[in-house]
Amino acid sequence: MSFLEVNDLHVEFPTSDGLVKAVDGVTFAIERGETLAIVGESGSGKTVTNLALMGLLSKRAARISGSAVIKRGDEDVELIDLADEEMRQIRGKNVAMIFQDPMSSLHPYYSIGDQIIEAHQVHNDVDERVSKARAIELLDMVGIPDASERIKAFPHQFSGGMRQRVMIAMALVNSPELLIADEPTTALDVTVQAQILKLLRELQEELKMAIILITHDLGVVAGAADRVNVMYAGKIVESAPVRDLYANPLMPYTHGLLASIPRMDRRAGESGKRLSAIAGQPPSLIALPAGCAFVPRCTFSNRVSGGASRCESSMPALTEHVPGHFARCHLEGASL
Amino acid sequence: MINYLARRIAISMAILLAVSFAVYLIFAILPFDPAALTCGKNCNNPAIIEANRRRLGYDLPIWQQYFVFLKGLFMGRTFGEGAATIFCPAPSFGYSYQEHACVTNSIIEALPVTLSLAIGALVLWLIIGVGLGILAARFRGRAADTGSTIFVLIGTSLPTFLTGLLLLVFVVVKWRILPYPSGNYTPLFENPLAWLNTMILPWITLAFAYAALYTRFVRNAVIETLSEDFIRTARAKGLSEKVVLRKHTLRAALAPLTTMAGLDFAGLLGGAILTEAVFNLPGLGRLSLGAVIDFDLPIIVATTILAATIVIFMNLLVDILYAFIDPRVRVAA
Ligand SMILES: Nc1ncnc2c1ncn2[C@@H]1O[C@H](COP(=O)(O)OP(=O)(O)O)[C@@H](O)[C@H]1O
Ligand code: SF4
Ligand SMILES: [Mg+2]
Repeated sequence: MSFLEVNDLHVEFPTSDGLVKAVDGVTFAIERGETLAIVGESGSGKTVTNLALMGLLSKRAARISGSAVIKRGDEDVELIDLADEEMRQIRGKNVAMIFQDPMSSLHPYYSIGDQIIEAHQVHNDVDERVSKARAIELLDMVGIPDASERIKAFPHQFSGGMRQRVMIAMALVNSPELLIADEPTTALDVTVQAQILKLLRELQEELKMAIILITHDLGVVAGAADRVNVMYAGKIVESAPVRDLYANPLMPYTHGLLASIPRMDRRAGESGKRLSAIAGQPPSLIALPAGCAFVPRCTFSNRVSGGASRCESSMPALTEHVPGHFARCHLEGASL
Repeated sequence: MINYLARRIAISMAILLAVSFAVYLIFAILPFDPAALTCGKNCNNPAIIEANRRRLGYDLPIWQQYFVFLKGLFMGRTFGEGAATIFCPAPSFGYSYQEHACVTNSIIEALPVTLSLAIGALVLWLIIGVGLGILAARFRGRAADTGSTIFVLIGTSLPTFLTGLLLLVFVVVKWRILPYPSGNYTPLFENPLAWLNTMILPWITLAFAYAALYTRFVRNAVIETLSEDFIRTARAKGLSEKVVLRKHTLRAALAPLTTMAGLDFAGLLGGAILTEAVFNLPGLGRLSLGAVIDFDLPIIVATTILAATIVIFMNLLVDILYAFIDPRVRVAA
C-alpha cells in the first residue's frame, strides 16, 4: 500500500444556484519521498481536493465522500470523516500545507518567530526555548539570512519570496511526511519562483518527505515533480510520470496546457508568449454534461471513432494506455 | 516612536488652538451682545451692561479677548476691579453671570457625572456588544445569531430618549424598582449604592444603542476575519478551534474596535444630552443645554472647547494604542 491513497473522493457544495461538484471521483496515490504535481486551470478542484484531505473544509459548506488513507507509523488512518481532535493531531504534524499568497497567509500581528514557535509548540510538549531554537534552525535551512535576529520581525517586513520561505519553515518545523504546496509560487515573480521550487526540491532530498505540488502552470512541473495528475472540472483527466506526459500527452486538454507553456528556447520574438492558450472557459460545475466535460473546447473530438457525439454522451473512463500512463479520453492512444 | 509621539502631540495642540479660536470667532460673529446677556432677560440698564462689558473684557477686540482667555487657562483670571473683584483660578474658562460662578467650577461639578455615565455605559456596551457579536459569528445562522440580529434591529432603531423614557415608565413609575431621579448626583465614593441607583438606568439607555451597533460590527468583523488566509494557516498548523478563535481571530477582528470605542467614548464625554435630560442628571450635557437655553456664552464656549479637546486627545490616544496592537502601524511610525 502507498503512503497516501485517495479513492473516489467527492466534494460537493450545496449552494443557492445548485450543487457544485468541485471534486468528482478523484483517485490517486503517493509514495513516501515522491512529488506529485496536480495541474489544472483555476477552478478545477485542486485546492478543494487537498483541503478535504486536511479536514479544512467547513463541514457546513461541504459534503465529502470517498476515502483517503494515510500511513501513520504502522497505522492506517482514514482522513475523511476523522474526528476533529485526531485530524488536528495530524495537521501540521504528519501533513503540512503552504498556500498561494504568503502575505495574507501569515498573521499580520505576530512576529514570524512567534508563529513558527506556535506551530512547534502545538505538537511538542517542550520548553519554548527548544521551539525557538528549532524555529531558528528552520529559518536558517530555508535560507533566511541572520535567522536569530529576523525571527523577531513581522511578515510585512519581508519580501514575497522571503515570506514564502517563512511559510515553508513553519510547515516543516515538525518534519511532516507530506507537504501540500498549493500554488506556492503563483504570487511570486519568475526568478523568485525558480528559487522557491529549487528550495522545495533540496528540502525534499534532505527530509525525504512526499510533496503534493499544486499549480495551474505545467511549466513549473518539469524539473520539480515525479508524477503529474491533470485535473479538469473536478476529475483527473490524465496521470503520468512527468517525462511521459511531456513527451506523449494522451488527452487533448493536457496537450493544450503543454502548448500554452511559454518556452525559453523559442526565438526571441516568440519567447514568453502564450502561443495557444486553450480557447473557451471551463464548464460550470453545477450542470456538468453527461459525457466528457472538455467537449466544447476540444479540437480533437472529430477524430474519435464515433465522432463528437460519443464524447458528448458518454464519459470516458480513466484508462491505462501505456503502463503507468492514464488518460480519460475516447481517442485511441497516441493520436495527438 | 518618540519622534512620532512628539509630532502627534504637537499637531494635536495646533489643532486644538485652531479649534478654540474658531469657536471664539463664531461667537463673536453671532448677532448677540454678550454683555447685554449678562444682566438677565428683561434688563435694559445700559449702565450695568457697560460695566459688565468692561468687567468681562467684551470691550476688547476679538483676538485680544481670545488671548486673555488663553492666558486665563494657564494663570487664572481676575474679573473687574476694587471691591467687586472676582478671581477665577487656573484653568479659568471664564465667568458666568447667569450662574454667578467661575465656569470652571460648573464644569468640575458636572464632569464626574458625565464621566460616570460614559465609563459605565462604555463598559456595559463593550461587554454586551463584543460578547454577543462573537457569539453570533460563531453560531452563524443559528438561534444565537437570529437573537442577536433582533437585538441589533431594536437597538439601532429605538431612539435613546425613547429607551430612556420606557425604562423610566416601567422600572421607576410602574414597578417601582428604582426611585425617581432626583436631579442630584451622589459620587461613587460617598455612597456607592445611591450612585449605582442613579446611574444604572442611564447606563442601560446609552449602552443599548451602542451595544447594538457594536454587536453588528463585531459579528461582521469576526466572520470576515475567519475567512482570512491566515486563519486557514492557523488551522493547518493543527491549532484547536479555541486558539484559532481567541488568539488569531479576535486579535485581528477586534483591533478596529479600539478606534471606534475611543471616538464614541470621546463623543459621550462631551455630554450625552438626551440621556442626561431624560434622567435629570446634572452632567456636562445638561450644563450645555441649560447654557444654550439661557444664552450663557462663557459656558457654551467652555463646553464646546472642552468637547473638542476630548475628541482631539482621544484620537491621539487611540492612534498610540493602535500602534501597540498593529505592528504594521508601529513600524511605519
Ligand atoms: N465553499 C465553497 N462553496 C461553493 N463552491 C466552492 C467553495 N469552495 C470552492 N468552490 C468551488 O469549487 C471549485 C474548485 O475550486 P478550487 O479547488 O479552489 O479550484 P482550484 O484550486 O483548482 O483553482 C471552484 O469552482 C470553486 O468555485
Ligand atoms: S473525450 Fe472527446 S471531447 Fe473529451 S478530450 Fe477526448 S476527444 Fe476531446
Ligand atoms: Mg486553488
